[in-house]
Amino acid sequence: MILLSHEDWPAHQGRFIALWTDARHAYALYEPGELVAVELVDGAYPALPHAGAGWFQRLARDLNGHKAIGAADTRPAIEHSRDADGRGPWPEFKSPEDEGVHQVAVGPIHAGIIEPGHFRFSVIGEKVLKLEARLGYAHKGTLGMIRGKSPRLAARFAARVSGDATVAHGTAFAHAAEAALGLQVPGRAIHLRAVMAELERLANHTSDIGAIAGDAGFAFLDSRFALARERICAASAAAFGHRLMMDMVIPGGVAGDIATGGGAAILDALDALEVELPSLKRVFEDYASLQDRVVGTGTVPPSLAAAYAAGGYAGRASGQTHDSRLLPGYPPYETFGLYVPVEQEGDVAARIRIRLAEIPESIRLIRDMLNALPDTPIAIAPPIGSGAGLGVAESFRGPVWYWLRIESGAIADVFIADPSTLHWPLLEHAAATAILADFPLINKSINGSYSGVDL
Amino acid sequence: MWKTVARHLLSRAPEPSTGDPGLVKSLRERVGTSRLGRSLAIRHVPAGSCNACELELRATQNLVHDLTQYGLSFTPSPRHADILLVTGVSGKNMREALLQARAAMPEPVLVVAVGDCAVDGGVFKGSPAISGGTDSVLSVDLMISGCPPNPAQIVQGLLSFIEANEFLARAPAPRREMG
Repeated sequence: MILLSHEDWPAHQGRFIALWTDARHAYALYEPGELVAVELVDGAYPALPHAGAGWFQRLARDLNGHKAIGAADTRPAIEHSRDADGRGPWPEFKSPEDEGVHQVAVGPIHAGIIEPGHFRFSVIGEKVLKLEARLGYAHKGTLGMIRGKSPRLAARFAARVSGDATVAHGTAFAHAAEAALGLQVPGRAIHLRAVMAELERLANHTSDIGAIAGDAGFAFLDSRFALARERICAASAAAFGHRLMMDMVIPGGVAGDIATGGGAAILDALDALEVELPSLKRVFEDYASLQDRVVGTGTVPPSLAAAYAAGGYAGRASGQTHDSRLLPGYPPYETFGLYVPVEQEGDVAARIRIRLAEIPESIRLIRDMLNALPDTPIAIAPPIGSGAGLGVAESFRGPVWYWLRIESGAIADVFIADPSTLHWPLLEHAAATAILADFPLINKSINGSYSGVDL
Repeated sequence: MWKTVARHLLSRAPEPSTGDPGLVKSLRERVGTSRLGRSLAIRHVPAGSCNACELELRATQNLVHDLTQYGLSFTPSPRHADILLVTGVSGKNMREALLQARAAMPEPVLVVAVGDCAVDGGVFKGSPAISGGTDSVLSVDLMISGCPPNPAQIVQGLLSFIEANEFLARAPAPRREMG
């Protein structure tokens, strides 16, 4: 960590990932894991000029009351200022001042089976001029629950920050705790974590591609991809005892070894997906009615994706090559290599193509890793120590970062940066390039986690 | 393709699930006077979940678990719903929306809490940002625990409603009054 002066702090260059505060400092994280800090003066720090910093500065104000001096956007991020009955004031949503503009309010309860969030569209006819997302509905006080607990106990909360990325969050949390305590994780645990992370990626990619097709009214792909996800979840349950592999990653290793016959169950699910994938891909590419909905819809230009340091498929569909499995990188990926697909179009179709291209790569990785499982213990106990550490793991939607400060075996402070935090502003931009009816497709194609940012 | 068609013609559907008999009996006492129709529509409200329960709820609709075969379906509108299905802790920021969704449903309303968080707050129990499980906001008729419960457990739990309700539905059901 480098301590900067109030002048050097906003002038620092780099790909901005996250910002947070503790009692004495504000911290900013840049790729590939460069941590800088500035001292708080009267609970305030200079605002950062990076596009992605806005949300984090609003969040720091909501969580800790620390002000970013000179910030353009001072709306609350997750604070609703509600009374005991749950009632609170509505924020003012400002529309562009054009003739014939009206607002459409959607949520917090949505039509489908998804998380809560409020969207306020300013539209002129069908065309969306502006989208403002109001989040915070899934706020559970996760950071507060983690403080004061031991790393192993707190892992249960990391696993529930965003359920669809529970393995990635668990791994990033474990990486941070292990860095803070100087812990060397046994090889078998490292491999099993990566097997689970790639299974998680496959489960989410298959179900989301299907769901996007479903939102376009194309039920066939939805039901076939949902079946693929079901097979992967069933295999995960056979191998690791839980369909989403929740609570399997713990600081120091993994909570259980792969079950007898679990490897075979996983390989069977991968075979079934591999056999069907080319024909499903052909259906996606060949049906004009489906392509018409996704090509050129919800475009995020590469310059915008770069400004927000977008990760995962949302970044890779818009020319960003970053993948935290390679940079900063963590084991065991350097042993197995990794192909990262990149496209330039940045539309819904490109985001689907990236996910389709990531599926065979994850299948290959899982097969290779299961073939080379080291014969070591699966976990070692974390010592009761003190220290601070950063940890990262690549979830299916991008890099998840954890920062921990551990004092005498208990977590004194924590921050969690889900990639969704940088992707929600991209959704606001992408939605304003399209018509209202395309919003479900665009939202699903970026698929930001609500719970992951509401904390 | 012909191979696939032949396999599907020869294969047999798995045995359908059934509800827990004890639960069906107690629910029947509650549903007994409710005059619900033969199929039940579900309105899902996430009150502060981590999205794992939503994933497994969606999975109840896939080709394997196929919830609709039992006459249960999800509806976007609370006005058309018989069952209010709540996932996640009862977060303070969702309390108002949850109460509004409940108020928008025609009586009688059956409330199901799905997942450990909805049952009693789960691991988040005691957090100042939440009021507890679903029963800290609404009275609950059925709780399906698990973190998250798997799709088969969710289907089995919901089936108890169908079976409790079927008993009366054999007689022509009178038209429901919209509340």
